[in-house]
Formats: sequence, structure tokens, C-alpha cells
Amino acid sequence: MLQIGVLAIQGAFYKHAETLKSLQTQPVIVKYAADLAHLDGLIIPGGESTVITRQLGYRLAWEDLYAFAQHKAVFGTCAGLIMLGKGCTDPRVRQLGLLDATIERNAYGSQIESFTEDITLSFDEHPFHAVFIRAPKILKVGKEAEIVATFRGEAVMVRQKYLLGAAFHPELTHDIRIHDYFIRHCVTQSGK
Amino acid sequence: MEKSSYEVKVGLAEMLKGGVIMDVTNVDQAKIAEDAGAAAVMALERIPADIRAYGGIARMSNPEMILKIKEAVSIPVMAKCRIGHFAEAQILEELGIDFIDESEVLTPADEENHIWKHDFKAPFVCGCRDLGEALRRIGEGAAMMRTKGEAGTGDIVEAVRHMREVNRGIRRLQTMDKEELMAEAKRLGAPFSIVEIVAQEGRLPVPNFAAGGIATPADASLMMQLGAEAVFVGSGIFKSDDPSARAEAIVKAVTYYTDPAVLLEVSKGLKDAMFGKPAKGLPDDEQLAKRGW
Repeated sequence: MLQIGVLAIQGAFYKHAETLKSLQTQPVIVKYAADLAHLDGLIIPGGESTVITRQLGYRLAWEDLYAFAQHKAVFGTCAGLIMLGKGCTDPRVRQLGLLDATIERNAYGSQIESFTEDITLSFDEHPFHAVFIRAPKILKVGKEAEIVATFRGEAVMVRQKYLLGAAFHPELTHDIRIHDYFIRHCVTQSGK
Repeated sequence: MEKSSYEVKVGLAEMLKGGVIMDVTNVDQAKIAEDAGAAAVMALERIPADIRAYGGIARMSNPEMILKIKEAVSIPVMAKCRIGHFAEAQILEELGIDFIDESEVLTPADEENHIWKHDFKAPFVCGCRDLGEALRRIGEGAAMMRTKGEAGTGDIVEAVRHMREVNRGIRRLQTMDKEELMAEAKRLGAPFSIVEIVAQEGRLPVPNFAAGGIATPADASLMMQLGAEAVFVGSGIFKSDDPSARAEAIVKAVTYYTDPAVLLEVSKGLKDAMFGKPAKGLPDDEQLAKRGW
């Protein structure tokens, strides 16, 4: 059975773990460097990117996470997308810079501007009901990355080889298609 | 585009899990809290310990001060309104607050009714002492629950009592036959439809956080181990002798709440915690947890 880690420093890690279980994979809570050892992939969940930045380096180093993401599959949602991407000018947030996309934090405003909307997937004809919470925006997609989901023509999910980043929260809906896509196109491919 | 659905409101609460929400009274404190790793701040004019000392009527904070804090930090900002005071809540929503706490810490505006929270775009958090109270608030539209504890005392005893009460209530529901659920809903004074969901799922339909009396990293760990999904620290940080170090220690204690080595490490070297006041000796009218129903 595939073992997929969920970074559990702070945020919506529990919901991701539930979704992974329903896909017959084994979720592993990741808080220490040693937790990364036997994983086939990793999810960096939504939460506050400032908090995750602040706490990385304590029991789990940046370098460990960076080394993992060099050759294994990583899926970042919301705050996790910010951490995978580039171009965030806020000094309170540190990025891995591995995903070739420029991300703006909290780009839609405060919580009352949060919304749900059907988005278009590149790999499935049926729309996906996406939950955007104080969501980041993908401002620019570099040539290394491809757009795999759009909302009103703008990129909301991008993939670069084994890395996947989404501005919304697929873990908050019961639709498992995006986690399934991550497992089939990123996790199992990275192992080959 | 559907804004502010219940799904989106509960969603933000999900994002705060495993985090610490800190009470702050000015921009400097808000920055200290954010730098220490707070997942959100609660903007208020006086922290609960000072509300107790100050007396008088405790109302919603000055919007000007809340807006300044909103500008200073990038994390979500919460603010409190009085129980039943939906006009205060309307003002908080208008200024773009991320979460409204309909709080017993402020002087209640209505002793019989709470706010109908479904009507608002902003999500609400409410306090509870037991399962019935939690489910009544969820019925009214609360997107997050917290224990009431006894705010401003630095005494953890009431928060522990309330968390255990909620959990006991949930376990009780899980042992029941379907035939028994209606009678239990009546006993709890809770909406039947939500009682049914809790019996099935074995947990509240919204995140459940701890509040009211958390003063040390150990207190935070205790509440997490008892089942809290995040913690609010009110007076405990800025009434201590070392707010910044203590805030950071509590943040680490919440992430690594089951790791005694981390708990020991972050507890070492902290200066004095807030002096506190035993919740037990408080006269009836000073027991904030008894406000609301």
C-alpha cells in the first residue's frame, strides 16, 4: 500500500488524511524529519503559511523537505501551494521555490470573500466543486509547469512533473478526483 | 460564485487546526503573536483578566483598533461581540473581520437568545460547557466551537471540565440505539438532526477548540490530548512575564502535544506564568462561563 505523508505542523492535515484513506493509501502524519523516510509522496496542507514557515526548522528542517521534494511527489494545497512556489515577497513566508509558478498570498481578501465555485479540470470533463478559503492566486505559470485546472480562465492548479499545487481545498469536499490524480500522475510516476 | 456558504465558514475553522489563536490588544502585540507563530489573533481592547479587574460593561472593541490590527498582520483576525448582540456582529462583518466570537467574556446583550448566525457571511465561534450547548450553537450556525473554560483566570480546571463534558456527551450518543436518540436530544436540548450526525460520526460537525484558562505549554498540551483541535490563549500570554517566548513555546507545544521531550524543552527557561485566580472561588456574577445557555 502506498504511504503518503501529510505535513502536520498546522492546518487541515486531518481532512487530507481522511481523503487518502478513502483512496486505499496509508496516510502518515509528518512532524519529524524521520517521518519522511519511507514515504511515496507528501501533502502540504492548507493552514497559515506564516505558522508553517515559523515552525519548520524545529524538528523537521527545510533542507529535509527540500531534499524530499527533489525526487518525490509533493502536493501543496493553499498554504502548501505557496510553499512549493516562488515569488512571494512577504518576508514572513519562506518558499521551497521548486514549482515554477508565482504565487500571491491571500489574494481575494478576508474570510467573507472566500467562495466555492465549479472549476475546469484538464484531465476530466466534469467540473470540480472547489472551495477557496482566503485563497492564494497563481499569478504566473513558468514554462516548467503546466496548468491542470482553471477558474474563469485563470490557473488554479498546476503540475510540474511530480509536484502538484492547488489554490483551493480538494480535501474539504467528498470528491476524490484530485487526490486520485496526484496519486496516479505524481506519486506512482515518481517511484518509477 | 457562492460566497460564505456554511462549507466555506467551517473550512476556515479547519485551516486553524493545530494552531494557537492569541488575544491581542494592540498592533505591537499582534505582531509579537504573528512572529511567534499564532494561527490567528483575537483583537480586543482588554484581555479577559483585565475585563475582570476593570469591571463595568464589556462591549465590542473599537473598530478603529481592530482595523489597525488587521492591517498589521497577514493571519486571520477575529473579534468578539456580546452574546445576542447582532448589531455588533453586523459592524464586525462590515469591517471585514475573518471570524466573530459571540463571547461570554463580554457582558451579554440578551440573556435568552443567541445570534442567528446563519444570516451572516462571516463565520462564528461560540463557547460551550457541554454537548447540548455546543449543538444549540451549531444549530444557530456556529462554524467552530470552543470550550468556555473560565476566561481570565489562568486556571485550566473549567476548560478541562468542559472538554470532558463534550466528549462524554459524544461517547454517550455513540452507545445509543436509534430509538434512544430523540429522548437524548430532548435531554440535551439540542436539535435532533445534529444529534443524529454526531451519533453517526462520533464527533462534532465543526472543529472543537479549547479556551479559557490556558497559561502554559503544558496546559495547551493537556487540552490537545483531551481532544481539542487547536487552542485559544487569552490572558495567558500577555499577562505573563515573557509574552514572546511563552507564545512561541505554546505554539510548539500545540504541534508536538504528545511529545514530552518537546514539552520539556519549551517549558524550560520560561519566566513566570500569569499569576491567576482560582476559578472555584469566584462569586456567581464573576463566573463568565455561566453566561449564555
